[in-house]
Amino acid sequence: MTFKGGVHPYEGKDLSKDKPTRELLPKGELVYPVSQHIGAPAKPIVAVGDTVLKGQMIAEAGGFVSSPVFSSVSGTVKAIEPRRVSVGDMVNSIIIENDGEYKEVTYSPADNVDSLSKEEIIERIKNAGVVGMGGAGFPTHVKLSPKEPEKIEYVIANCAECEPYLTSDYRRMMEDPEKLVEGMRIVLKLFDNAKGVFGVENNKPDCIEKLKELVKDEPRMEVAELMTKYPQGGERQLIYAVTGRAINSKMLPADAGCVVDNVETIISIYNAVKLGKPVTERIFTVTGDAVSDPCNFRFSIGTSFQELLDAAGGFKEQPEKIIAGGPMMGFALFDLNIPTTKTTSALLCLTKDEVAEFEPSPCINCGRCVEACPELLIPSRLAKFSNNGLSDMFEKWNGMECVECGSCSFICPAKRQLAQSIKTMKKTILAERKKK
Amino acid sequence: MSDLYHVSSSPHVRDKDTTSRIMLYVIIALLPASIFGIVNFGLHALVLILVTIASCVASEWIFEKIVHKKSTLNDLSAVVTGLLLALNLPPTLPWWEAVIGGVFAIVIVKMLFGGLGQNFMNPALGARCFLLIAFAADMTKFTFDGVTGATPLAQLRNGEEVNVMDMLIGRTAGTIGETSVICILIGAIFLILMGVIDLRIPGTYIITFVIFLLLFGGHGFDWNYIVAELCGGGLMLGAFFMATDYVTSPITPKGQIIFGICLGVLTGLFRVFGANAEGVSFAIILSNVLVPIIEKFTVPKAFGQVKEAKKNE
Repeated sequence: MTFKGGVHPYEGKDLSKDKPTRELLPKGELVYPVSQHIGAPAKPIVAVGDTVLKGQMIAEAGGFVSSPVFSSVSGTVKAIEPRRVSVGDMVNSIIIENDGEYKEVTYSPADNVDSLSKEEIIERIKNAGVVGMGGAGFPTHVKLSPKEPEKIEYVIANCAECEPYLTSDYRRMMEDPEKLVEGMRIVLKLFDNAKGVFGVENNKPDCIEKLKELVKDEPRMEVAELMTKYPQGGERQLIYAVTGRAINSKMLPADAGCVVDNVETIISIYNAVKLGKPVTERIFTVTGDAVSDPCNFRFSIGTSFQELLDAAGGFKEQPEKIIAGGPMMGFALFDLNIPTTKTTSALLCLTKDEVAEFEPSPCINCGRCVEACPELLIPSRLAKFSNNGLSDMFEKWNGMECVECGSCSFICPAKRQLAQSIKTMKKTILAERKKK
Repeated sequence: MSDLYHVSSSPHVRDKDTTSRIMLYVIIALLPASIFGIVNFGLHALVLILVTIASCVASEWIFEKIVHKKSTLNDLSAVVTGLLLALNLPPTLPWWEAVIGGVFAIVIVKMLFGGLGQNFMNPALGARCFLLIAFAADMTKFTFDGVTGATPLAQLRNGEEVNVMDMLIGRTAGTIGETSVICILIGAIFLILMGVIDLRIPGTYIITFVIFLLLFGGHGFDWNYIVAELCGGGLMLGAFFMATDYVTSPITPKGQIIFGICLGVLTGLFRVFGANAEGVSFAIILSNVLVPIIEKFTVPKAFGQVKEAKKNE
């Protein structure tokens, strides 16, 4: 089961995949940007000097498409000021000095999940600040409230983890598969006509086996073995691989009768609904050939990348490039003093920057980007239109359908920055549209 | 922040294949045909191959020096052009004419249009056609085993019998690299296995041409005739090594099919109804010119677009 196109980058998962998750307790200060999701920024509800507990809401949702932020430690609010985040912007953030005691608020677990109404389930997910934790950060309660919930036929758990090097979802599936299945059961309660599908790439046979064993008595759940190919975990590609339905940029997964949630998101749904716990921690991979001891952590959101790196033994070799996330879609960091958020799943430190190693040369029209593009576009032409400022041609050649997976730049033998050019033009066109 | 790390837009990793490696694969794939050409036609064939490559490489280097551009010799494309041009020359051509061909290919057809990736016509074939017009007598004189004679296709046209087995092996008169179909196919299979070319263009080209011959060739289902037509006149060399030239063929998958059909029909027209027995070179460079129009009408539908159209009905 797969999609058309795609590439096979070096996987690199062996570095950290067999390292059991370790719990990491943060020291010093933690930084919580108020925008850790798509939508309106959250509004701080604490003031400098306030004492907060672990699990306490420190910023409330700023609208329907928004999500609250919670403190992951107990301590004192030290400042509320703009801080730089992994994508490079300055974002208003709440800074909390950790008192090291981890005093928690009292959570209100659900005695019986089955007795909760659909509205109550969504309310609990919303109030726990659950967002798409695979990277996009779309508020989950919005995703789970489509116009016609009875038309949803598939709830797909995105267990593909197609980004090279990342192993956090893998560890989650190996260590907490029961919670994942339980979380899926909760989501299925919202959609009466849906079946739950766990889409796993076939480079994780142990996860497939484990999940298959767990769902064998679940009439509404199944495991789909997907071909290992990047970007198998892209939403549109995953939906196509599992259901054979194709959606474009103007459609939502719900238009194809699908809801897609990442592994970590489903675990957070479980924590929120069953235990009443908000999102304050997640699994995170520190890896790359520059890291002394590549491993996986369960850590408090808000910890700085530097602290996570130190916990992994620091560098064994000086890296050239540091990436928040995976090598295909992650963000390069110029500095490690940056906070993690709900959506950061990895820190990747590479001794060699393959991008700087090569000088882009002229396009020879070889068509490898065309073969690789999962959206069936002509990336080399789109990049050319972008570089020449031809926005109308760009739109005519379907440039807005690009999912920014980066397969074209990866495969290009002339080492051209195709994805970068295409992303730039997409942003320009979207900005123009907003103006109108 | 004493040490800053590299920052760039994602993705942060790259595939190992480079432009020069692809060009190297093409050179390797042309070696069987080149070596056979030298064995078949003698030392002068080797001289022509070396002189043509040297001429192409030198013209590119000098041109870039003159216009103050960074040297692009490392991408090996000039070597490929030189080798391809040499394989398209008769083995008895005076060496200085080959030099002129190399200069024409690189300077006029390639560099003046902006260099690698910008030329609209295959440089080697552009130069071959130029030489055909400039030195018509030398370019159409084919000698084999010391005897000047007609190429198999010319014999076929005159109603003579040809030995298809000789054509497959390459023991016939022709240009240096076009005669041995077996050697060309060995190279083509190598390129397909290395993922450099696929069968879309050569496949549709050959199938279209065969259909054209069946309909208009006037020989009906005479397989001897069809195989001889396929093996002769550099059709195999053209289909696998020149029609598949990335720069001068369409990038759209559907466009490549249409391009192949154009090639088949044009080659058929030239050979069956034209005055010349050959026609592959002209079919390819004419189709090269059609590429922008073909591409314009074959912009592929994006993923999920068909479904949307249905929804709007």
